[in-house]
Amino acid sequence: MTKKLRIDDLLNWLSGLSIMAALYLVFVYAPTEATMGDVQRIFYFHVSSAWVGFFAFFVTLIGGIAYLRGRNRDWDTLALSSVEIGITFTSMAVITGSIWAKATWNAWWPWQQEPRLVLVSILLLLYLAYLMLRSFLEGEERKARFAAVYGIVAFVSVPFTFMSIRWWQGLHPVVFEREGMHLAPTMLATFLFCLVAFTILYFTLLLHRVRLGRLEDQLIGLKERLRQGAGG
Amino acid sequence: MAFLNKTLAIVWKDVVAELRTREMLSSMLVFSLLVTVIFSFSFDLRVENIAQVAPGVLWVTFAFASTLELNRALALEMENDCLDGLILAPMDRSVIYFGKMLGNLIFISAIEALMLPIFSVVFDLNLLQPSLLLVVFLGTIGFAAVGTLLSAMAVNTRAREVMLPVLLFPIILPVVISAAKVTGGILDGVPLSELARWVQFLVAFDVIFLVVSYMTFDFVVQG
Repeated sequence: MTKKLRIDDLLNWLSGLSIMAALYLVFVYAPTEATMGDVQRIFYFHVSSAWVGFFAFFVTLIGGIAYLRGRNRDWDTLALSSVEIGITFTSMAVITGSIWAKATWNAWWPWQQEPRLVLVSILLLLYLAYLMLRSFLEGEERKARFAAVYGIVAFVSVPFTFMSIRWWQGLHPVVFEREGMHLAPTMLATFLFCLVAFTILYFTLLLHRVRLGRLEDQLIGLKERLRQGAGG
Repeated sequence: MAFLNKTLAIVWKDVVAELRTREMLSSMLVFSLLVTVIFSFSFDLRVENIAQVAPGVLWVTFAFASTLELNRALALEMENDCLDGLILAPMDRSVIYFGKMLGNLIFISAIEALMLPIFSVVFDLNLLQPSLLLVVFLGTIGFAAVGTLLSAMAVNTRAREVMLPVLLFPIILPVVISAAKVTGGILDGVPLSELARWVQFLVAFDVIFLVVSYMTFDFVVQG
């Protein structure tokens, strides 16, 4: 128990400090982009949130598969926790992406120009459906089983969705390619640091959320025992 | 062979049951007609050339009609615990999946076969082209492959009618996008060679989701 507490503390401090440092890097250290100006600074947190979103849903896939193989409740708790965190981060990615699009293309919703933003919003819908499915089901075991299956199917559909959106807007010229944007070394350093900071934050949140989920399970078990004790 | 026979037995059971009542096909047909009429009115006021929106209308109608059918097909099995009977039958669970999937495929295709001539008349287009029929068929396999798995989950939830579209639409979105794209291309007279990658994409989607659904169906019907 003492060892576990130390991992908690370490992650708490690490994520707190690295996010502070990331804020400093984004707003002070990184140079202002020549054509887009200050609004480009949203890029660092935007891409990092999208990355954490993808990663979180990948963890859900792994948790789902592991649950179906071994039927260990902890894997389901992990999958659910990861979806909740993933939804938070993809929402952030959608909102920041929309703000950036408004500045770049003067449109809040660039259907034609930015397929990735459309993809992330569909990702958000997919995993909101995942949460809805759970809340409309009875029984913990069935919730875990169905959610695991949906987590697998949803993740498999992501590359298809991405490719279809990509090709769908293929007739229109790509006005602005993010990969093609030449990042100055300081910008690249800031960006990579943000990715690491957000990933640490993800693991910190995951750890706390999984622990909360296990406590919930314990509580349900205790209540059950209490009820049986009272009955007998 | 035994696998095939058992699968066909399930398909046959569904077809016979449907032919006796004709509940599902008639409700799907009326529903599809209504969707078409609503669409043609809502676009007519603003869209100059209604043929431009026809591929989208076609696929939205098919997607809506499919959810109606998929919900009904599994809900029927829940009545009188028919699904439990199927699970108790001495056969692999994947037989149930393929049986129900083929049944769904047949019913959705039947509605599409009825709707395509009507669409051709309403939108004044020739939709009965061999290449277009192939695309419709490929898209329908995609709907049925994922839909059979997800409807087996949705029937176990509260508010089952609401649940299926919420689960299904984000996943079949690639099918709707690619199928609508190819349909539009064929109607515009784009050579098939240029649309080949979309057709390959549809085939890939169908194959992968048949495999994934087949592998996970077991976990949905047990317990």
